[in-house]
Order: sequence, then structure tokens, then C-alpha cells
Amino acid sequence: MKDDHVKPKTVYYFGTCLMDMFYPEAGMAGIKLIQREGVQVIFPRQQTCCGQPAYNSGFPREARKVALMQMQLFPKQYPIVVPSGSCAGMMKHHYPLLFKNDTRLDTVQQFSNRIVELSEFLVRVLKIKLKDRGSPIKVTWHSSCHALREMRVVEDSKSLVRQLQNVELVELQNEKECCGFGGTFAVKQPAISGAMVSDKIEDVTQTGATRLITGDCGCLMNIGGAMEYQNAPIRGQHLAEFLWERLNGK
Amino acid sequence: MANDIEFDFRQNVSRALKDKQLRKNFKFAMGNFILKRKQIFSDDRETEQLRTIGSAIKVRALTRLPLLLEQLEARCTHNGIQVHWAETTAEANQQVLRIMNTHRATRLVKGKSMVSEEMGLNEFLQENGIEAIETDLGEFIIQLNAEKPSHIIVPAIHKNKEQIARIFHEKIPDTPYTENVEALNAIARKTLRQKFFKAQVGLSGVNFAVAETGTLCLVENEGNGRMCTTLPPVHIAVMGLEKVVEKLADLPPLLRLLTGSATGQLITTYVNMITSPRKGSEKDGPREVHLVILDNGRSEILADPQLRQTLHCIRCGTCLNHCPVYTRIGGHAYGFVYPGPIGMILNPQVEGLKKAGVLATASSLCEACAEVCPVKIPIPQLLRRLRNESYSSDTFCTVKECGYQRNLIDSLAWKGWEFMNTHPRINAVGQKIMGILGPRVPPLGPLKQWTRYRALPKFAGKSLHQLVEEQGVENE
Repeated sequence: MKDDHVKPKTVYYFGTCLMDMFYPEAGMAGIKLIQREGVQVIFPRQQTCCGQPAYNSGFPREARKVALMQMQLFPKQYPIVVPSGSCAGMMKHHYPLLFKNDTRLDTVQQFSNRIVELSEFLVRVLKIKLKDRGSPIKVTWHSSCHALREMRVVEDSKSLVRQLQNVELVELQNEKECCGFGGTFAVKQPAISGAMVSDKIEDVTQTGATRLITGDCGCLMNIGGAMEYQNAPIRGQHLAEFLWERLNGK
Repeated sequence: MANDIEFDFRQNVSRALKDKQLRKNFKFAMGNFILKRKQIFSDDRETEQLRTIGSAIKVRALTRLPLLLEQLEARCTHNGIQVHWAETTAEANQQVLRIMNTHRATRLVKGKSMVSEEMGLNEFLQENGIEAIETDLGEFIIQLNAEKPSHIIVPAIHKNKEQIARIFHEKIPDTPYTENVEALNAIARKTLRQKFFKAQVGLSGVNFAVAETGTLCLVENEGNGRMCTTLPPVHIAVMGLEKVVEKLADLPPLLRLLTGSATGQLITTYVNMITSPRKGSEKDGPREVHLVILDNGRSEILADPQLRQTLHCIRCGTCLNHCPVYTRIGGHAYGFVYPGPIGMILNPQVEGLKKAGVLATASSLCEACAEVCPVKIPIPQLLRRLRNESYSSDTFCTVKECGYQRNLIDSLAWKGWEFMNTHPRINAVGQKIMGILGPRVPPLGPLKQWTRYRALPKFAGKSLHQLVEEQGVENE
């Protein structure tokens, strides 16, 4: 995404299924961050899931049905902001593949072109300036694979954290390595996934940070859940929620 | 291609994960490879351009593969290289044996060749009374210990110095135990030198075969490849049919990509370009050169426009080095000659989904492999395709035993998922119920696997849908 985008008056927001079920506060925080910059946010109520779980598990037909239903909910030409690198990657890069041999490909491509990940929207379009009102804290950052390699927005996300004066960001040694979530991979190959997330937690722990920030709820559910399971004294949090807390001095 | 007759991936994984030394060896070695590659490909834009060129060369070659193979055969024959075609690995083995028998040869030295591993050539020759000695140091080590390669470039990477010292001490007669790397190298050199002198036939793989000139290109760092291809009176090269490229000018970018991706080198110590046997007036080189071209399922892969991309592979191994799964379970756990991401897409296509389809589940689709692949194979995308073919036997399916995993439970589960996600109101009610039940949901099925390593995620009391409604966020 280029930097010279004009600030829109209105955007759509796709809240993702994981946020809806497990991290609604993070979803709300993303909306408030956008509204704070004077942009109207529309959240079409009928939205559910981007379809990635079925798509990655070998059920593209089911994924197509769910994707089609989502696309109908965003009829106007507003940008569609997605607070997840993975869901944004699905909608931006994989929808056109999913409908490659479909007569609707043009419409799908137009929809996909409007997808923008939250961090890149805040940084490149809104050029947001953050004032940190929180107390000093040491955090570390986990890059989700799809934010990193599909959406390529990780530098934007980290630049947001770096704007916060009282936040010390300590980077992971293997920041670019997958945490082992991978959707159904975590339950189809539990031992491998478990080994990956355990190594990730070791890496997180050695930073000395008390909080792990990430831009994707899949990773958050995985690393956060494993840290809780291991009683690690570190909490995982979605970037949007973390930023909103810092702005409000929580 | 299978190492074990009974292949139990889950068991292999669990064994590999318990082996702390193995995990340490791999983590260390792969970390080094990643670093070395990064140093040689330090300019992202230049690397991207190079990968685009590499991919284009392979696309061009595969598009006209039958023509190029015919041209290669004609050029080779013209140059004095005898070409043999093998549809199966059994045929390829027979061809090698026939050449050996013609020369009454019983001693063969081998340079590193993954196709020969695919053929199970060593075992086959041994059964026929022929000694086949691996001369690549890594291959030599694992052959001594009767093991298979765990990596396609560095076959003994799962062993550390101490383990190698023990193997040499135990398997090579009159060898004292030493962990000194120089001394270990000297032991291997001394042992192998005798084998080179006595060998009647040398066998090698092929990195690229140039149709335009009939040239076989072979890269290596130890000089053993050059010895195998020049010292014995007969040289046999074996290659998969996807190794052919159109012209000599295709080689520089491909070599740069191969060595940079594989070992982080600008160029290998040895680059062998073999275009003919020894000519009348020449003083050295083999008197006969044979080229065995193996299909083994490759033509079928070629026929599918998407899966064809599997055949772009130049066997650099960088997808293994960058794979978080491979790094943790090592090459042997995959159960087939080709491990890691490339093996996960290649083996199910060659061996069929029943036997090897499970490999396609061993990926988080993190895209690390696709990001570094020098010829841009979209491995995660091909994994999705194989996963789809595992459950579907639709008309578009081309992989052997497609639909092998189709079952009522999975079908219903995903139909149910589709229903919920296309019926927002019912979905919202379902979510409310889950919100109330929350921690009382019993960890069954997939949840049971999840909770082996993690706490269950907690359903929020109020969903995001409820929050936006309450806080008056616009609906349309």
C-alpha cells in the first residue's frame, strides 16, 4: 500500500470471527482508534468469518460460500479495514485465487483491492499520532506469518508501538518464525504445533517483557493460551487493544 | 521412495520431538543456513528479480519439456553420451545394472544424487553383488551407519561431531576415536581415495541438463563429484526429467540461485560441465558416459497446470532450512527420500495420497518456504490443493487416490461451519450459548488436542457484534 492515500470519510470494518468470539474488546479498540481520527466506521452486522479455516483445511467449496456471503455485505467503495494480517491476507490475496475460475472474478478482485490491514491503515492512511498515557512497561512483539509475508505490514505495526513513549519494545530472537497456530494445523499435528509454541514462549520469556503484543488473534489464542497453560507471567494482547489502553492511560 | 514399509508419521514425529540432541543439531544447523543465505541474498530487490528469472526459466522449460528432452537426447548422442530412458525407478536401476554388467564391473563410486536415493540404487546394487560407495562426506557418514539422508543438500546434518567420531571409530577398521575435524576429514579422504582408484564406474546426479548443447552441469564442494565423473573409465549420470533447461544462458542465474539458496555461496568450489566422454587425443576423462533420465511419476505431475510447479524445484533445500516444522522434526520423520516442504508436495503426488497424504497436514502454511524458494514454487498453495484432493474426488482432481480421506464427520463438520457462517442470526445465537457455557464446554475432539499444550480460549460474555450494537457503530 502506498503512502499517498487520501484519508477517507468512511470505512468498513471486518471484525473477524476470532475477535467476535474471544477478543471483542480488541475489535472495539480498533474501531475506536479509527473513529478517533475522525473517520466514520461501518460494521455490517451480518458479517461472520472470512472463510480461511475451510480454505486452509481442504474445503474450498465451503469457503467460497462463506466468502461470497461476506462480499455482499460491503457494497460501497469504502476501504475495508481488517484488524488481522491473516484474515486480511485471505480476503486480499486468496479470494481472487478462490474464485480464479469463476465468472465473478472481477467483482471479487475489486473487493479484494479494498482490503487494508488495521496497522497499515492507521500508519499510512491516517498517519496517526499516539500520545502515551500509560505507565512504563516492557513489551515484546510477535509477527504473525500472514501479516509478515502476505500483507507485509509488520513494520507499520511495530512503528505504532514505537510511538509510545513509555513502552520499551524488546524484539524476539526468532521474530519471523511461526508460533505454530496454523488453524486446524494446531489440532491435526498437535505435537509439532505444541513444540513450536513452546519454543516461541521460551523466546518471549527471554526478552524479560511482561506483555506480548501481536496483530493477529489466531497467534494470540495460541501463544496466550500456551502461556496461560504454562503459568508464564506474561500476558498476550492484541495491538489495537494495547494502543487504546495506552492512549487512555490504563 | 519410502524409507519404511510401515510409515507412521505421528509416531515418527513423536520420536523426533523427544530426541533433544536431534532438535539441537537441526536448530543450530538450520539457523546457520538461514544466516548464510541472508548474507548472500542481502539485497531484497535483486533477489526478487533473480527469483523471477529463475521461475521464468523453469516455466519456459517445463512448457516445452518433451521437445527439450528430445533435443537433449539428440545433442548428448551427438556428443557421444549414451541416453537411457526409465519410466520407473526399477527400470532405472536395471539400466545402471546393465551398464555395470557390460563392463563386468563390481565396484562403483557415487557422487551425491537424490535421484539415486529415490531409486534405492545402493540397496539394489548390493543385492546384485555390486559395491556402491558414497563419496560425498555426508553421504559417506550415513552410509557407514546404514541411514538415509535427513536433508537433500547436507545428508548427515542430523549428526554432530561427536556422533560422527563414534561412527568412524566403530565402522572404519583401525580408526582411533577422534573429534578433531581435520583428522576426521583425513580419515574419510584416506578411505575414499582407495575406493576412487579401484572403482570401475562412477555415478553422479545432474543439477541441470542443457538441451541446447547436451551439457550436464553438476555443482559440488568436495571434489568427489569431479573424481566420480573423471577417474573411473565409465561415468553414469542419473537425473529426473525435470532437470532439463533450454540453453546454456539459463545456467548463470540458476547456478547463482542454487548455490546461494543451498549453502549461501556465490558459487560452489567445483562446477562440472560434462559434454562428452574422453575424445581420442585427450589424456583423461571417462571413455563412456551414460545418462539415465527418470520419469517416476513426473510426467503425470507435469500434466496438471497448477501442480506442475512442483517440478520447478532445483533441489536447493532452502525450504527445509526455513521450515519451522522441518527444523523441529528433522528429515527422517517425513518417511520419504524428499523431506520438508518440497517433500510434502512431491511425495503425495508420486506415492499417492493414501501413503503420503498425511504429509500435507504437517504445515502451518506460514509461507516461510514460499518466501525463499528460488524458483517461486507456491508450496503453501499446493499444500492447500493436496488437502483439498484428500477430501475430494471432484472432476478437477488429478492426484493419485484423491478423496481417500473423505468421511462423513469432516464433511458434516465443514457443512455445519458453512451453515453457521452464512446464517448470521443463528451464528449469533450459537455464540451466545457458547458465551454462557464457556468453561463448561468439555474438551473433546479437536479441543482435546488443543488443550494438550494450551488453555482453552474463553468465549467473551458479549461478542463484538453485541458491543458494536450497544455502542452505536454504524450498520451500513
